[in-house]
Amino acid sequence: MSITTGVTSESDVRRDAAAHQESRGHRTMVLNMGPQHPSTHGVLRLLLELDGETIVKAAPDIGYLHTGIEKEFEVKNYQQGVTLTDRIDYLAPLSNNLTYCLAAEKLLGLEIPEHAQWTRVMLSEFTRLNSHLVWLATHAIDIGAMSVFLYCFREREEILRIFEMFSGQRMMTSYFRIGGLALPHPRGWQKRVKDFVDIFPSRIDEYEELLTGNRIWTGRTKGVGYISLEDMLELGVTGPMLRAAGLAIDVRKDAPYSSYEKFDFTVPTRTENDVFARYLLRIEEMRQSHRIIKQALEGMPSGSHQADAPGIVLPEREKMKTQMESLIYHFKIVTEGFRVPEGEVYQAVESPRGEVGCYMVSDGTQKPYRVHWRGPSFGNLQSIPKLIEGTLIADVIAALGSMDFVLGDTDR
Amino acid sequence: MEFLVITLIKLALITFIFMTTLAYLQWVERKVIAHVQVRMGPSRVGPHGLLQPLADVIKLITKEGVLPPHVNAGYYLLAPFLAVFMALISISIIPFGTGIDIPAMTFGGKTFGPYHTMMELASVNMGVLMILAVSSMGVYGIALAGWSSNNKYALLGGLRSSAQMISYELPMSLAIASPLLMAGTLQLRGIADSQAGFYLGFVPKWAIFQMPAPQIFAFIIFMISAFAETNRIPFDLPEAENELVAGFHVEYSSMTFASFFMAEYANMVTVCSVGTLLFLGGWQPLWPAALGSNFVAPAIFLGAGLICLYHGLNPARPFDRYTLPVFAVVFFGLAGLMAFPPLVPVLTPLFWFLAKVGFLLFVFIWIRATLPRFRYDQLMSFAWKFLFPAALLNLLVTGFLVALVS
Repeated sequence: MSITTGVTSESDVRRDAAAHQESRGHRTMVLNMGPQHPSTHGVLRLLLELDGETIVKAAPDIGYLHTGIEKEFEVKNYQQGVTLTDRIDYLAPLSNNLTYCLAAEKLLGLEIPEHAQWTRVMLSEFTRLNSHLVWLATHAIDIGAMSVFLYCFREREEILRIFEMFSGQRMMTSYFRIGGLALPHPRGWQKRVKDFVDIFPSRIDEYEELLTGNRIWTGRTKGVGYISLEDMLELGVTGPMLRAAGLAIDVRKDAPYSSYEKFDFTVPTRTENDVFARYLLRIEEMRQSHRIIKQALEGMPSGSHQADAPGIVLPEREKMKTQMESLIYHFKIVTEGFRVPEGEVYQAVESPRGEVGCYMVSDGTQKPYRVHWRGPSFGNLQSIPKLIEGTLIADVIAALGSMDFVLGDTDR
Repeated sequence: MEFLVITLIKLALITFIFMTTLAYLQWVERKVIAHVQVRMGPSRVGPHGLLQPLADVIKLITKEGVLPPHVNAGYYLLAPFLAVFMALISISIIPFGTGIDIPAMTFGGKTFGPYHTMMELASVNMGVLMILAVSSMGVYGIALAGWSSNNKYALLGGLRSSAQMISYELPMSLAIASPLLMAGTLQLRGIADSQAGFYLGFVPKWAIFQMPAPQIFAFIIFMISAFAETNRIPFDLPEAENELVAGFHVEYSSMTFASFFMAEYANMVTVCSVGTLLFLGGWQPLWPAALGSNFVAPAIFLGAGLICLYHGLNPARPFDRYTLPVFAVVFFGLAGLMAFPPLVPVLTPLFWFLAKVGFLLFVFIWIRATLPRFRYDQLMSFAWKFLFPAALLNLLVTGFLVALVS
């Protein structure tokens, strides 16, 4: 008895539980896990039908963090929309910025300078590290390894400081704008990034030392949370979960954007398809991200941080004060925004959680007609019932952690 | 009459010291874990957060004790009482050191003493059995709490703890039985005394080194079971925060909640004391007094005082200038006491006992900061498939060797 598709309500689970009791001749218990539960990573609610500690049936219930962000895009002009994207997946703000900007730039037909593209790559990879560090931290503390949590947050703090240095914000950076970057590079960024790049590999070794060879950790994660590759593809799962099942799928390689094709990195895959494989895979992804950041740091091309598009990109402060034309553009952009040619576009980006997509429809005005967001967390969450039915309560925690979802990304 | 007065004095002393230890154990735990995790730990309430336990106690006492409407009130209120009672009662039969001679004193024309008393509250001939019995009763507190709360998470926690504690009771008892074979007594003081002396003049005759059957494996099994008995990570399944929210004490608040915490820490101290007495030679020093083991305690306190003084003179934070010299003076005072000849025979064994217990407690805290948590079925199979046979084998080998020698 398993849930395949569709919304399952509480009454459904209770009715099925009752039917189940009759068929098996003994009683089961329905446990309501969440929305306020330390291990559901936000406000996910799970209805679990338990036989002892074994899960007979599970039904995820989402919608407790609905923000209406997709609707809100329609009343903001294009440039303002960037700030909303930060808040969709609050652990990977820059990946979302990038998706939105690339989509709008596609409609506008903008050419972005290489300097800005490389910076986007570098900061996107920092975002991936940031997100993976939070994932590892929470995943480890769910399974009881308390110290790993704080070690990961120590490194994440460094990354947030780098974000703050570039954009003035730690989490809601909105650093990528349509047409390039919000600000030119800050002074001394190379040193800050280099310090981090130098120390980070040894820190990954530190986490691995605490977890990878740990018998309790492998006991809790090996062979737990299996789901077949076919099921995952049917349910729309993307990202590290697919790669841990042996499918080398990665938007960065399959449809390179923002000059990812110029970087040398591999897409790690594993075949075990369990929680431990997903853990090892993400650790390897962190090492690959580190490689990309290192290349970006060493080969950062010089140039402008914004495209040469006067009607779209705000003019420099100096020009705005001295040239009439720039002043007019500045006034127009600030007061009414810019018009985007009619059309529709889909742009996918490899976010830390999988494929994040932005489907943008323009009716030729300053505001998008519709922006639909393909959140990777939503697809990944669909696999919960298949992942945990038949396992124990403790495995639910491990399996949930291995999916790495963000509820803001699920309920837009 | 004399016996009654002395017992009452000892009772008051032990209760006071033990309760303070429990409160400060939590402070130590928070500090140690904080430093393992590159944090500061409690630092706001008092110098170095030293008044934090007091603040916690005041907070917990003054909070409203909620009695949820859906609980089974009688058992719900009985459970924390039972847990804390069973945890505290064990300490009454733990000996801490050798005897004390109190010289005769004259008050208002009346002469008292001289007295000779042992450093323990009660000397029970079957001390080990009593410890085992009482710790088995401790599970009732947790099981009742889980059941009477009428909460699904609490129920699961209570079930887990009953199964876990009953399973780990067996390897623990078997691990305890083997040093008993060598000591030939069930009295805790007798067991500690039987481990006095040295091989080759420097290897201590503690049970973990004692011929003919060194009990090092029994000690490891005992410690593992002790982690499970006290519900500590990696065996803290009954209160697995991330799975069962808080497990059996999810519905408790205020002092009833604090009682469970107190019981947990009291159990930790008891179990470490028993481990020290049975396996680590109680208050027997690590090397003979002839080689200077009596000077360890003064040296350690002197060193601690000097470190405090140094950091007080080179303060890292402004208030260190005032707090650390105070600690230095306290440590110098302790060093002086430890070196004061009439007190040496009393304080040195006490120091060794407390040092060993403290080390074991540190191991408890250290492990908590390092390891993840077991899964329920792994925990059970570990107990029954590995720990229990290993303990049984160890007991058989020990019995065989002891019989062979005698």
